[in-house]
Amino acid sequence: MRLLVVEDEPDLLAGLVRALRKQGYAVDTASDGEEGLYKATSTDYDAIVLDVMLPLLDGWEILARLRESKATPVLMLTARDRTADRVRGLDTGADDYLVKPFDIPELFARLRAIIRRGANLSRAVVEVGEVRIDTAARTVTRSGEPVTLTAREYVMLEYLALHQGEVVTRTALYEHLFDENEETLSNILDVHVFNLRKKLGQDFILTRRGHGYCIE
Amino acid sequence: MKFFRSIRWRLQLWYGVLLLAVLSGFGITAYRLETSRQMRQIDEELQRRLPVLVKSQHPVPGNRERRELTVSAKDAAIFDREADGQFYYVVWLRHGEPVTRSASAPLDVQQPRPGDPPNRLRGTMRESFLFPGPGDCVLVGREIAHDLAGLRQLAGWLAGVGAAVLLLGVTGGAWLVTRALRPIRDISNAAGKISTGDLTQRISPGNSDSELGQLVGVLNSTFARLDAAFTQQARFTADAAHELRTPLAVILTHTQNGLSSKCLNEEHHEAFAASQRAVQRMRRLIESLLTLARLDAGQPPAYALCNLGRTVHDSIDLLRPLAKEREISIDADLPSVPCRCDAEQIAQVVTNLVSNAISYNQPGGSVNVNIGVESGAIFLAVRDTGHGIESEDLPHVFERFYRADKARSGAAGRTGLGLAITKAIVDGHGGTIEVATQAGRGSVFTVRLPDEGRPG
Repeated sequence: MRLLVVEDEPDLLAGLVRALRKQGYAVDTASDGEEGLYKATSTDYDAIVLDVMLPLLDGWEILARLRESKATPVLMLTARDRTADRVRGLDTGADDYLVKPFDIPELFARLRAIIRRGANLSRAVVEVGEVRIDTAARTVTRSGEPVTLTAREYVMLEYLALHQGEVVTRTALYEHLFDENEETLSNILDVHVFNLRKKLGQDFILTRRGHGYCIE
Repeated sequence: MKFFRSIRWRLQLWYGVLLLAVLSGFGITAYRLETSRQMRQIDEELQRRLPVLVKSQHPVPGNRERRELTVSAKDAAIFDREADGQFYYVVWLRHGEPVTRSASAPLDVQQPRPGDPPNRLRGTMRESFLFPGPGDCVLVGREIAHDLAGLRQLAGWLAGVGAAVLLLGVTGGAWLVTRALRPIRDISNAAGKISTGDLTQRISPGNSDSELGQLVGVLNSTFARLDAAFTQQARFTADAAHELRTPLAVILTHTQNGLSSKCLNEEHHEAFAASQRAVQRMRRLIESLLTLARLDAGQPPAYALCNLGRTVHDSIDLLRPLAKEREISIDADLPSVPCRCDAEQIAQVVTNLVSNAISYNQPGGSVNVNIGVESGAIFLAVRDTGHGIESEDLPHVFERFYRADKARSGAAGRTGLGLAITKAIVDGHGGTIEVATQAGRGSVFTVRLPDEGRPG
């Protein structure tokens, strides 16, 4: 899962990025409106965390222009809580709304919810054969037994599960699992796929040679 | 008695009184003038006849001392005629026939005394007299009952016309007053609507050059200043909210990051946990202060028709986990009560009162919530089974930051502003809030809101 966080307060940005990366998300950042709009429109993020008060372009403007081309789920962050603002945010096409200061667990929960909705999944639980993925609790069980995954492995599994039945290309996986600053080894995907197969079953993830991976 | 104090009523009263005074002054003067004109005419007629009687006195032949009255036939013709109201004469002669009277003269005419005014009114008789010589007196009189009746008729006619004019005047005046006051009423209605609603509205100046146009101008500029003050206040609280919340968000994010780290020793963990508690308290405090600041600014509530029962039910549902944690049961009797209010603010009132009732309760206690309509007001009563409030604290419970239990400052996540906010919201709705308490038995907070939004 690759996220974009647009926030002009550097300390808050750093804190958010640290918290989100710990959850296994690939996180890109932008600290002003123009940079945020550029990144939001040029990359397919799984979700965007967008501050309302930003230099150069404010959050509303970014949201309005983004909606012209993309339906990326957006979580607005604001320090204003007037009802009118809230309504405006949701009317403009924001998927959710969080007032500062917020609790990190709440932010995670809301992000997971809008990512799920973005993938047209109303339930928090994805079942693939005997593997059960609870995207709300971020836990995986196989035949009722809990399976321990690293954060990156979990995110890769969730991404594939949210696109169940589709072939996910290696490029797409790279784009959604690693952020702009990560120097990735070309075989790191193979390592994660190998580990997931070891934990969940050899046939769990199918390789479509020349295309990518798929969970059926 | 409000009606009698209205400008409209007083204007009409003054106008009526003034008109009555003018009309009666005019009528009385006209009547007086006419009366004296007629009397003067009658007196002239009487006095014209006096010389005839003087001339008709002749010495008696052979007795120089004695005189006699001989009225020639021509002269007698001007007396005792039916046509012109029967002039009569009475003549007293010292030396001669003591009393000579014409045929129609009444018998009870008394001889005037010298020095009397030359005319007198005796009953319905008008009489004029002359003293041609010492001891002699000639008197001409006439019955004037007919003239007096004419004058009475004139008086009646004047009174009738006066009453008609008065009626017409008062009716016209009422119409004028209504017409003159209508723009004031319109302005007052418009101003009332603006002051309780949308401050960006203005009164339309009908005729901007008139005195009322100036009033409209003054009112509009007052509204503009109020609006500007509200806007400024709203911007200030919004800015303050942003400036206060952003650093809190930084601290909260980093403390929660820190707490989620797996490599913390006990000291670090305690430090992060304490910071998090302080930040959460600060956050509640800021939210409460901002809420109060907005309420203090006097922005009218966002009125809308809602079902109070539903609003209260939803607010209570959010508090059930807290009640369960404290082993408190919540009983609520919530009939459907349509209410015109700011549902979000009223929900906050319910939340504050019920969470207080839960927090200040005894384990195993209960909270009872009632709503309904009573003597034209919507009421909301929240009853707890706590310790009650000490009588010395009772007058202060709605004060900001007042705490009955000084030792509990900041405990249990309370800001000390909840009841102050509650009161501010209720005041903003034009309602009242009161508390009744019984030591050891519990307290009841009762909110009453004006029941103006109910249909019918």
